[in-house]
Amino acid sequence: MRKLSWFNLTSLTFGFAFLYLPMIVLVVYSFNSNKLVTVWAGFSTKWYGELFRNEAMMDAAWVTIRVALASSTLATVLGTLAAYVLVRGGRFHGRTLFSGMLYAPLVMPDVILGLSLLLLFIAIGLDRGLLTIILAHTTFSMAYVAVVVTSRLVAFDRSLEEAALDLGCTRFEAFRLVTLPIIAPAVISGWLLGFTLSLDDLVIASFTSGPSSTTLPIKIFSAVRLGVSPEINALSAILIGIVSVGVITASLISKRAIAKRIADENRATP
Amino acid sequence: MKRFALIALPYSWLLALFLVPFLIVFKISLSDTALAIPPYTPNLDLSAGWQGIKDFFAGLDVENFTFLTTDSLYWKAYLSSLKIAVTSTFLTLLVAYPIAYGMSRAPDEWRPTLMMLIILPFWTSFLIRVYSWKAILAQEGLLNQVLLALGVIDTPLTILNTNTAVYIGIIYTYLPFMVLPLYAALEKLDETLLEAAEDLGCTRMKAFWLVTLPLSKQGIIAGSFLVFIPVMGEFVIPTLLGGSDTLMIGKVLWEEFFSNRDWPVASAVAIILLLILIVPIVLFIKTEEKEWEGET
Repeated sequence: MRKLSWFNLTSLTFGFAFLYLPMIVLVVYSFNSNKLVTVWAGFSTKWYGELFRNEAMMDAAWVTIRVALASSTLATVLGTLAAYVLVRGGRFHGRTLFSGMLYAPLVMPDVILGLSLLLLFIAIGLDRGLLTIILAHTTFSMAYVAVVVTSRLVAFDRSLEEAALDLGCTRFEAFRLVTLPIIAPAVISGWLLGFTLSLDDLVIASFTSGPSSTTLPIKIFSAVRLGVSPEINALSAILIGIVSVGVITASLISKRAIAKRIADENRATP
Repeated sequence: MKRFALIALPYSWLLALFLVPFLIVFKISLSDTALAIPPYTPNLDLSAGWQGIKDFFAGLDVENFTFLTTDSLYWKAYLSSLKIAVTSTFLTLLVAYPIAYGMSRAPDEWRPTLMMLIILPFWTSFLIRVYSWKAILAQEGLLNQVLLALGVIDTPLTILNTNTAVYIGIIYTYLPFMVLPLYAALEKLDETLLEAAEDLGCTRMKAFWLVTLPLSKQGIIAGSFLVFIPVMGEFVIPTLLGGSDTLMIGKVLWEEFFSNRDWPVASAVAIILLLILIVPIVLFIKTEEKEWEGET
């Protein structure tokens, strides 16, 4: 077994402290009873109560969840399709334009994407609201789904698909019975990625939302623009908690899956 | 035929919601500001037939772009964004490299956990992670409280609402984007190469410069693109952590659009930002494609 040198141990410790301390501080402050966030005045959960009584905030949360569910599902279908076409579709006209358009939103600044989509919605006379945010989020989440699914498609053994076709499957059956189960983990993580990106987005949602469809990040942003707010601290702590539980569970599941696969392989080769 | 339908669905989605919007931005950047809804002229009036199309094209001009070059606010904002993006990409690389290196040298059973710890902040709200620094960097914030208590400083430091806070915010939020490609490159590194270099008389430092660094080039390039490009258009970090003198083009675009309601100028600002970024974006997509095709 390898051992970490002092240098590596120190850089890891400092690195992870830098990544995690701000979030830990935020969670600790969310239990501060003082309205002045940085002056400790005793433990209290009153800001959580205030948060749940804040109806505008709860409405915004509900809007955000609906947008995220719809856009990540749409993006998963379109992104998986796009990845499949790019990896398995062979050459077709405009392939370069297609992959360019697909991957550009990954790196394109949000302000440009938001502005251009808003101007489109206005040009075609589509009223801004839930639908326009969903369309906008689908477009950029699709890129992330495509990247995740592509890497899985490239990695898996193509002869499995060919075997299914030789054994009489139609192309669609081969996709449904062979390809899809194999790429399923990537499709699921693509969906989760799209869901979180949608939950998180401020800039594109600000451009494409209407007055009746304020999302949670827009609410958070207007609340913290000028200073710190104890209610937002409570909300942040809840969100950090949900994400941590989710990510830790997911990594435990994948760890167990890997262990099981190794055990199976060992059994298969006596 | 079926294949055509499979390609057509995502293709037409992207044409309608990615390419067409850009053409519209381009068109509006050539229009004039007007007190109307929508607040620009000319509008394409197809009902007027051929005359309508002629009037439409006659109404377009590059006035907004000449305006951008005459008002020093804009080119100063572009230059300042460029400076902030280049500097912070380099600083993020400096912070990320030792972390990625440490991860790639960690015992095998630690790695999934370390990987999870790098990815977790990535899933956590970007907005909240930027916001978390407000309570730390403020005049009466945690950092000043700690430094005052330790006696390192006598008067609180002013960090929040300065460019320093913007740099800290950028390094913090974009760190995982740099660490992951670096780790991917360093993990593949064959350690016997380092041993060989040392056997041949290299010091550890020299072996790092001559072997490790060049072999992690791919990761450095990918990570730098992933940080530089989005930081150029960053809006949230300069708005929440920067001061009134923090000039970044994403903020200018936002204010031009939402506060001044000058859509044609905002569109022109976006077009120029895009022109600046088109080279790095195309380079990035090309290198990524090469990598994927290399794997097949």
